Amino acid sequence: MAASPAYGEEKGGSSSLGEPEYGHDPASGGIFSSDYKRHDDLKEMLDSNKDSLKLEAMKRIVAMIARGKNASDLFPAVVKNVACKNIEDPNQLIRASALRVLSSIRVPIIVPIMMLAIKEAASDMSPYVRKTAAHAIPKLYSLDSDQKDQLIEVIEKLLADKTTLVAGSVVMAFEEVCPERIDLIHKNYRKLCNLLIDVEEWGQVVIINMLTRYARTQFLSPNQNESLLEENTEKAFYGSEEEDAKDAKAEAAVLAKCKPYVMDPDHRLLLRNTKPLLQSRNAAVVMAVAQLYFHLAPKAEVGVIAKALVRLLRSHSEVQYVVLQNVATMSIKRRGMFEPYLKSFYIRSTDPTQIKILKLEVLTNLANETNISTILREFQTYIRSMDKDFVAATIQAIGRCATNIGKVRDTCLNGLVQLLSNRDELVVAESVVVIKKLLQMQPAQHSEIIKHMAKLTDNIQVPMARASILWLIGEYCEHVPKIAPDVLRKMAKSFTNEEDIVKLQVINLAAKLYLTNSKQSKLLTQYVLNLAKYDQNYDIRDRARFIRQLIVPTEKSGALNKYAKKLFLAQKPAPILESSFKDRDHFQLGSLSHLLNAKAVGYQELPDWPDEAPDPSVRNVEVPEWTKCTSREKRKEKVEKPFYSDSEGESGPTESADSEPESGSEENGSSSSSGSSSSGTEEEEEEEEEDSEEQSEDKEEEEEEEDIGTKKAKKKAPQGRKGRAETSSEEASTSESSSSVSDSGSEAEAKQRKPPSSKASSKEISLLDLDDFTPPPVQPIPSSSIISTSLVTDLEGLTLTDSSLTPTLLSPAFSAVKTYELLHRMAGEGLAVEYCFSRRPFPGDPHMVAIQIQISNNTDTEVKNLRVNEPKPLSGMRIQEFPEIEHLAPGDTATVLMGIDFCDSTQAANFQLCTHTRQFYVSIQPPVGELMAPVFMSENEFKKEQGKLMGMSEITEKLTLPEKCQSDHTIVQQLTSAANVGRVPCGASNEYRFAAKTVTSGSLVLITLERREGSMAQLTINSEKMVIGTMLVKDIIQALAQ
Amino acid sequence: MIHSLFLINASGDIFLEKHWKSVVSRSVCDYFFEAQERASEAENVPPVIPTPHHYLLSVYRHKIFFVAVIQSEVPPLFVIEFLHRVVDTFQDYFGSTNVGDQLPTGQLSVVPWRRTGVKYTNNEAYFDVIEEIDAIIDKSGSTITAEIQGVIDAYVKLTGMPDLTLSFMNPRLLDDVSFHPCVRFKRWESERILSFIPPDGNFRLLSYHVSAQNLVAIPVYVKHNISFRDSSSLGRFEITMGPKQTMGKTVEGVMVTSQMPKSVLNMTLTPSQGTHVFDPVTKLLSWDVGKINPQKLPSLKGSVSLQAGTSKPDENPTINLQFKIQQLAISGLKVNRLDMYGEKYKPFKGIKYMTKAGKFQVRT
Repeated sequence: MAASPAYGEEKGGSSSLGEPEYGHDPASGGIFSSDYKRHDDLKEMLDSNKDSLKLEAMKRIVAMIARGKNASDLFPAVVKNVACKNIEDPNQLIRASALRVLSSIRVPIIVPIMMLAIKEAASDMSPYVRKTAAHAIPKLYSLDSDQKDQLIEVIEKLLADKTTLVAGSVVMAFEEVCPERIDLIHKNYRKLCNLLIDVEEWGQVVIINMLTRYARTQFLSPNQNESLLEENTEKAFYGSEEEDAKDAKAEAAVLAKCKPYVMDPDHRLLLRNTKPLLQSRNAAVVMAVAQLYFHLAPKAEVGVIAKALVRLLRSHSEVQYVVLQNVATMSIKRRGMFEPYLKSFYIRSTDPTQIKILKLEVLTNLANETNISTILREFQTYIRSMDKDFVAATIQAIGRCATNIGKVRDTCLNGLVQLLSNRDELVVAESVVVIKKLLQMQPAQHSEIIKHMAKLTDNIQVPMARASILWLIGEYCEHVPKIAPDVLRKMAKSFTNEEDIVKLQVINLAAKLYLTNSKQSKLLTQYVLNLAKYDQNYDIRDRARFIRQLIVPTEKSGALNKYAKKLFLAQKPAPILESSFKDRDHFQLGSLSHLLNAKAVGYQELPDWPDEAPDPSVRNVEVPEWTKCTSREKRKEKVEKPFYSDSEGESGPTESADSEPESGSEENGSSSSSGSSSSGTEEEEEEEEEDSEEQSEDKEEEEEEEDIGTKKAKKKAPQGRKGRAETSSEEASTSESSSSVSDSGSEAEAKQRKPPSSKASSKEISLLDLDDFTPPPVQPIPSSSIISTSLVTDLEGLTLTDSSLTPTLLSPAFSAVKTYELLHRMAGEGLAVEYCFSRRPFPGDPHMVAIQIQISNNTDTEVKNLRVNEPKPLSGMRIQEFPEIEHLAPGDTATVLMGIDFCDSTQAANFQLCTHTRQFYVSIQPPVGELMAPVFMSENEFKKEQGKLMGMSEITEKLTLPEKCQSDHTIVQQLTSAANVGRVPCGASNEYRFAAKTVTSGSLVLITLERREGSMAQLTINSEKMVIGTMLVKDIIQALAQ
Repeated sequence: MIHSLFLINASGDIFLEKHWKSVVSRSVCDYFFEAQERASEAENVPPVIPTPHHYLLSVYRHKIFFVAVIQSEVPPLFVIEFLHRVVDTFQDYFGSTNVGDQLPTGQLSVVPWRRTGVKYTNNEAYFDVIEEIDAIIDKSGSTITAEIQGVIDAYVKLTGMPDLTLSFMNPRLLDDVSFHPCVRFKRWESERILSFIPPDGNFRLLSYHVSAQNLVAIPVYVKHNISFRDSSSLGRFEITMGPKQTMGKTVEGVMVTSQMPKSVLNMTLTPSQGTHVFDPVTKLLSWDVGKINPQKLPSLKGSVSLQAGTSKPDENPTINLQFKIQQLAISGLKVNRLDMYGEKYKPFKGIKYMTKAGKFQVRT
């Protein structure tokens, strides 16, 4: 059944193709035909560049498989055709999926293809694809570890990536493939620290753990001085005096040599940038930061992690389990840290036993002279618990408190003795064991207790407890001379029924009694030894033989016999009861190895601090590495002006042809809208705060705004014929843009002579997903760019540098002042008004933008009482009117100054310009570059501030500088003309830095323009105000392109 | 990382397995079953079990063990937290009707937690401030430890990309906080305002801990008289409860549970209100009290019959309490205002307060 249709299909297929050389039915070939040759044919077909041939080959292969033939050697050729094709797909999601599919096929044969695909994807323009490439690296490595060197190259490249999306994944790959190559981190260290807060949570864990190890190799111990002091005191305490004298000089020298400790700023950077992550909702992130602080922070600062760790105790019991294990280790080294949270470790009857026991461990570690009474009271309630394992652990804990804190030893001992009369045998047994340990510390005073315990042998059946009692009696038989032989007598009677450990202790007891009180116990001892001689257990037989030789003097017994008493009744050191978590911190906390207290496969040792700090300059980054442009990127570069760096380029023309319009373009829209909306918040804050109840007014305002918006569109659209033309190429979906055209300016469009330009401007709107927005924050975006570009080009012919108009400027690099029209001569019936931004602080109010207004009277009559009337600022906005001009003679020109606080937004300020006869509605809309004032700062300050404004606050854009804009001078000139910024000195010759503060809120705006090879350049803007940042990027690029 | 995942149900069947690298034989779970046997109770199975070639990391939720097989070093919390998230996702996914809505679509966006193109006809945002009192009350009625943990759970259905800010009247109360990733940390640091673009639907905006300096009001008290006598096989059991510091609100949804000692055979009790059940197998007493009426305090009285011949139990049972108080955040936390930016519509906003008992135990 299966064979015949396939056969027919093959026939048909081959004949229709008309390629007889491939036409022999390859699959049906019997055992006589040579398999490899036939497959070569198919391979050739698959490798050909004709789709029809490939299709045909695939059909045959499917047919072969259907007949159960082995086609596995064709696998790579098939994979290449299926997956590799998609790796070139214009859609980033498909490219990424293709790579994921390819890397999940765990067959060694595809290694070369996978390697190629990873390399290609690592320089993909989409960060998402690059992230997928990083994910594929460990998979390839596990498939073929010989690829390590090549993979390291890819990792190195991806480590230089600046996007948060890639960072976590590539560090994961680094940890899997080459954790020893710590040198690869140097150049990326600061970047990783700065990106950290914006990386997704799982990536954060991996990066933090890796950076902990890195820091241990690169920085000095912050507790250095302290540990040195400790060492000294220790030596003075233990060392002999002579040694001390010798050492003293040497140490003095060491102390003199070692400079006071100063923390490396990079070390500080790491601590500072990880701290906020203690607030993460992800327990793994919190734990990662906690271990980082524990291993890297100065003692005084470690305390901050306690609160966060205690918080995790509210989580699922598995989380509690892991956290408590780590707290147990930490609380030994840094007890003070958790002391304030003592009560958080109190045990509830509903806790699972394993959690109870860990909490108990922590409570015991935290016990000290001051809190011991509270803790013991708490322990007392625990002892009455129904959970007997927990009770046993509590008794152990009491024992530990007793040994550690001398003050309460007697209290504890008394308490434990009372427990000996407990009804529960397990409790009694555990108490016996603990009491035994305690008694060893001061046996002389406690013969009463020993007597009491001797009586217990009648009742207690738990072997360990019986053994402990017997040992105690044997050891201290001199304190209980009367009871001891009697106990031995009883034990001899029941010897055969005892457990092995008890038998061994009976033998011990017998031996000790024989040595101290042979008169009473000689026969008993011999009886016990005889029983032991025939015991089933060889340990016991051995022991009996050995002891008999040792204690019973015969001719053969040698010199040892004399020392028997010394051997058996030597003073034995008291056991030290210590936590099982002691010194566990040599494992990196939070790791699996730490939890198991054993090295797990693949565990990376936490290195010791170096004695001398390695060169810190390795982390200096002169030219921040950027993933090199691929051919794809270059190809697209010119047509695309992506809005956000993170979703760069995916809205390209290729995408619009895609069958899934939502993939790239929509993402782009969403990301941009989120960006602008979030900073829209900041802009509107004040206004919103005031007008919570004035809803109706709001509505009015909105309507008005819309009005103005359409008016503006009417006015400006015809002028926008040039400026936005190139953006039309970035159009993602025509349908969307056209709909928003009808939304925002249908009227305007109707009047359009040149629809493409209007479309371009409204295109902007669609990119921003405007229909979801209130008009005020967004409307200005397109229109402002129209002003700044089209108006300027329109006015190009005018001589603008009229001396009366150009004030002395703050910004030294500033070149020319642009003038904007406020009222055209025709519209103003002869009155022409122009304005420019003087770029000087407005006298009287530093939060206002100073605007110089030039009014010329072109009529033939005098204009009187020229003034501003009824300013209608949006809430929050303030307008300082210019003083009224009483007379303006015909042909005269007057210049006045007014101030507007735009609240750091590009919304227009609307007001009326009144004369004695007329009033004109006018509005001033500032280009975003005018909303700021230059700030002067040093290169270092700049870098520092930039470091604080990473992630979401950073916008990066690539551009090509036109030929005429290659010289330093032009670049600076163009840039400073586009925005009111101050130049920041810069060490690198191919970089330009500028800084400014927004006028209203004083938020920093940092601009970096970095020239690349050829005419490429990269523009980076760091600012909290994301909307300002994005708009500024556009304006600057436009200015530079002119 | 995670090599394989096994899902094991209450009766010990591996009903689902998933392998990412090579297939790990099911027999690896035998180590888990061994540990389970040793632990006797599900909650005592160690979350990390080493085996000769693998490590088994597990979480226990909804009576299902999720056992991840690990081959090399990895932070255990990384896996455990991840497994819990997986379970949360399952719960979301299977528990809600609009399955499609829950799938993440934000991979490529700068706001990965929010799907794009959200549209609603009714725009609404509800926030529940829920506080839980964790307390241990000792025999004599004095508080050994009490703290307040709170969360703000949100249910936000807003069109587009709304940007919300939520401010408190008394943000100083919050001692330790952890955020949903959407919250802008810097704004919290500088202004103590929660500023965020919310995810769509249900999410936990914030968890917090109220600073320990503030004395915690304990809204209920329990008077108890539980005694077992050595001589007879009968014991007395009597509890009465009443409102204490409730700020004038009603305490409702009161539920008392208590684990009785093993030697308790049965209990003959009469409640003044509500219903009570004693399970003679698990020895668990539960009493569904309902509302506390301050005029007529609820009580549960009666006798306990003990197994004959056994000595009296050492420990008196602890009493676990559950209760709810509507329209009250016991810490006094108050939301000042909630504002929305970035969208033009007026959303419907609602804030609800509730106080609950967390781990609230009375030792007797």
